[in-house]
Amino acid sequence: MNPVSTMARLEDARLVTGKGAFLDDLDPLPGTLVAAVVRSPHAHAYITSVDLTRAREHPGVAAVIGPEEVAEALSPFPLSLRAPMDYYPTGTDKVRYVGEPVAVVVATDRYTAEDAAELVDIGYDLEPVVVDALEATAPDAPLLHEGAGTNVASDRTFVFGEVDDAFAAAEHIVEGDYYFPRYSSTPMECYSVVATWIDDPERPEVEIWSNFHGPFSMIPVLCGALGVTTSQLRLHVPADNGGSFGIKSGIYPYMALMALASRHAQRPVRWSEDRSEHLLSSSAGSDRHMKVRAAVDADGIIEAIDIDFVENVGAYLRPPEPATLYRCFGNMTGAYRIDTVRLRSRAVVTNKCPTGLNRGFGGQQLYFALERIMDAAARTMDMDRLDFRKRNLIHADAFPYATPTGGIYDSGDYQRAVELLEERSDYRALLARQEEARSRGELVGTGVALIVEPSGTNIGYVGLATPAENRPPGRGKSGSTEHVHLSVDPQGIVGITLGTVPQGQGHATVARQVVAKELDLPEGQVVPTVEMDTATTAWTITSGSYSSRFSPLLTSALVDASREIAHRIKKAAAVILGTTEDVLELHQGTVRVIGDPDKSVLFKHAAGLIHWDPGRLPEGEEATLEVNVAFTPPQAKAPSRTDQVNSSLCYGFVADLVSVRIDPETLDITIDDVVSIHDPGTILNPTLFEGQVHGAMVQALGGAMYEEMAYSDAGQPVSTFMDYLIPTTAESMFPLTMAHLETPSPMTRLGAKGAGEGASMSFPVAFANAVEDALHHRGVRIDSLPLHPNVLHELLHLND
Amino acid sequence: MKAAPFSYVRPTSPEGVLAELSLAEGEAKIIAGGQSLMPVLAMRLGRPPTLVDISRVPAWQSIDVGTHEVRIGAAVRQRAVERHRDLRVPLLSRALPWIGHREIRSRGTVCGSLAHADPASELPAVMVTLGARLGITGPGGDRELPADEFFRGAMTTALEPGEVLRHVTVPRARRGQGFGFAEMARRHGDFALVGITTMVQTEGDRVVRALLGAFGVADRPRLLDVTETVAEPLRAAEEDGASAAVAEALADAARDLVTTGGDKHASAGYRRRLVRVLGGRELVAAFRDSRKGESR
Repeated sequence: MNPVSTMARLEDARLVTGKGAFLDDLDPLPGTLVAAVVRSPHAHAYITSVDLTRAREHPGVAAVIGPEEVAEALSPFPLSLRAPMDYYPTGTDKVRYVGEPVAVVVATDRYTAEDAAELVDIGYDLEPVVVDALEATAPDAPLLHEGAGTNVASDRTFVFGEVDDAFAAAEHIVEGDYYFPRYSSTPMECYSVVATWIDDPERPEVEIWSNFHGPFSMIPVLCGALGVTTSQLRLHVPADNGGSFGIKSGIYPYMALMALASRHAQRPVRWSEDRSEHLLSSSAGSDRHMKVRAAVDADGIIEAIDIDFVENVGAYLRPPEPATLYRCFGNMTGAYRIDTVRLRSRAVVTNKCPTGLNRGFGGQQLYFALERIMDAAARTMDMDRLDFRKRNLIHADAFPYATPTGGIYDSGDYQRAVELLEERSDYRALLARQEEARSRGELVGTGVALIVEPSGTNIGYVGLATPAENRPPGRGKSGSTEHVHLSVDPQGIVGITLGTVPQGQGHATVARQVVAKELDLPEGQVVPTVEMDTATTAWTITSGSYSSRFSPLLTSALVDASREIAHRIKKAAAVILGTTEDVLELHQGTVRVIGDPDKSVLFKHAAGLIHWDPGRLPEGEEATLEVNVAFTPPQAKAPSRTDQVNSSLCYGFVADLVSVRIDPETLDITIDDVVSIHDPGTILNPTLFEGQVHGAMVQALGGAMYEEMAYSDAGQPVSTFMDYLIPTTAESMFPLTMAHLETPSPMTRLGAKGAGEGASMSFPVAFANAVEDALHHRGVRIDSLPLHPNVLHELLHLND
Repeated sequence: MKAAPFSYVRPTSPEGVLAELSLAEGEAKIIAGGQSLMPVLAMRLGRPPTLVDISRVPAWQSIDVGTHEVRIGAAVRQRAVERHRDLRVPLLSRALPWIGHREIRSRGTVCGSLAHADPASELPAVMVTLGARLGITGPGGDRELPADEFFRGAMTTALEPGEVLRHVTVPRARRGQGFGFAEMARRHGDFALVGITTMVQTEGDRVVRALLGAFGVADRPRLLDVTETVAEPLRAAEEDGASAAVAEALADAARDLVTTGGDKHASAGYRRRLVRVLGGRELVAAFRDSRKGESR
């Protein structure tokens, strides 16, 4: 089935008329005080003295906490792997990045709090700084965490197949050395927390409102720091969350910090991050050094690939990191039949802000390396770059396809998608036109990227950062469960409680559409409520909105729950119609006898019977229209003892083509055309799908051309939007042709996969490939991003 | 990002403004549109004890169009000048849309931008190129300075403590004058990596005067008289329409104009290239503009 709705988003009317209620609009606990965070101006320093006296004496200040209070009351956050790299919400002994919190001032209002924050006096003894991950691996590099004796938090090598033999036998060995830069999400609404510590000595409780959106595996991490059980923490997430794109998963350290601040102030505390703080020190995608070697035979078949990743996770291994490094483990070989793989993965700490989730999450890094090396290999073979890729693509009849690293690609037809790409871009004609333009001295180029888009994460993959022999048996982690609650009221209105903590994706719109279609009701008869209160909403470790979970997982739970509701409604209808449920079907708001449509009863009357007259139900029948359903895909298992893991449930496909034109004089880069072909399985809502692709692409455009979280050697980051340039509508007005095919996933009830991250993964490298193509004859090789005129000026060694 | 405490006054006459400035003993900051000052306050990069808001001084709210000059008062918003239909100051009209975004121009004032003196901003360069005169009032009375004497360095002007820029007087275009403006920025609305202002005056097909202005290249807007350098190539460009020869001729000028050390958005070398290339293009454009017969 393919439920298609062209209706406007259910959420929009409220949002565009200013009726949204974001966390800072809410006042759940009257009398709440306001906090400001004092941050380290240094990238690496010992804290030698802390004087909070003057700040505490400032009029209007209720409490000031610093390193001492934090170290005394909190435990370090439990890490995703064993490493002596304690992570607290503030620096305790040392500060390790610019912007690291060192103190919190709680006052009557933000102005007063910031006035008093200036009176916090922290003494620092500066230490040498290291911001580059490769430099941080050197034996004489400054150590961030002395107890660890190294900056390398995790160093694992995985070998699948006879790698050395394959390279020894290879006709061609192609090598690349790439660096993928760090960029961020910058949602419209920054972090926001309201926290209160209820200090009952018997059973302390912490209640928090926050725009956190999961993964809820961070809840036990948070509770570990607070020293409370998960049931002693009550978290509310407002229905309106002003965007995240992953970054708000990194808010939980502030939830701990504000809970502690509230304990000291003995009042609830509110903290809303401002834009400067957000840019300086919230979180970011990781930057990664990537060495790749490909062994290619005489026919242009890739026999093996050898990858060396050095991931810069910033100053702490903030959970769920080093997840960025492992999220794409099962799809490490992308869209290609490559059976033999060696991968070395290192997670390294440096004096940069800790990393975390950022749309694409490991995909843009991986595919930058993989799709750059495909271009290099094609050029070595003197083959067309798309033809070379086609020769190595996984065949449509090979699905489900097991990758050497443990991935099970659920479905796909990559050949058909690439055909579509060639058709829509008129690929051969485009290349001919560009060849001709080049002969006139114009600088034009085309780049392609073919990528596999994972969705519905199996959180078990993080286990790979720990060697198999150190992973405790019986304590594995896996899974991708998603919950939903459905109910039908006495008037037959179907309610959906969505605990998916969306940040603007339109979950309610799609949920309503799916349930209405399943129950064959008008959409107006289905009312979704977005709600997360951990005390009342069903949740589990994998809950949350991340890794493109909603379309594959939550909609599957919705289908199962709808079927259960249908089953109960039919039972009630059978009583009214004097028949048995097995001959009944739901049809346009009624329940009717199959083959005898005159015998029918309204859906709402059947529901009414269960509410008003349950005595008529057959004996033993539960009179309830409340249904809780969890969808648990069995394919999401913990890593095997041989270090393979199916790191996602679903694997979609994206084929991008970008063509660019470069002004030979000013070196200004114009995107002439983009063709983007997607196969996200069944498309649930074309409008939302399109919006996701546009959004992912523009975010990727930021990484490709504009945004760079650059640090000086002294560890000072760009700290304002004067230098951190986010593309606006003016920069995003390039011609875009989109097309799609739908190869349903057999893993999910509706065949849907995720679709919100693919273009984030494919666009940066497709763009890089295009720019290199335009300047290849001038000797330019692209091994990093972003690309803008000044970078090209340097790469061209122009003498101006 | 909350400002440190300050007091705020909003006088309604020039005398009132001067009185408030004198009360604050040189510590007060003038605020008009606030488009540069407010972020500075919010980030606590500056903490003046007093803000004197001049936006409600009626004497400074007008655009006066004379036969040969236009006078723009201190409280006039950029957008008001941009929308004015009868200015006949083509360089100014071409530069204004490049300032930030429309929302910013609806608040920001022309004189505020001049007094702020950001070396990468458009209006100081326009005023220097046009030979505008800046009217200043202060405790010692009124005085007037040509634009090229007003800008003294990055964010630094000839304004003395207690003085206010009350208006700017801009010459209107004359017959035989043509203008060019171009700007390269990382994004639409960003401060310029390099901006170019040009003026070419012709008599018949003879180039009488050619000026090349540049901003974003030094600590203040720069202006060179390039008549000698480009007169010949410009005439040649009229034949073939290409600006490459003009750009070529500007190599020395570019070296002279660019004194900034460069940054991650644009190195000094890339800026020199932009001065040459954009300078060449805009001198050709100005030359053609000057020969259109009746000036705008």
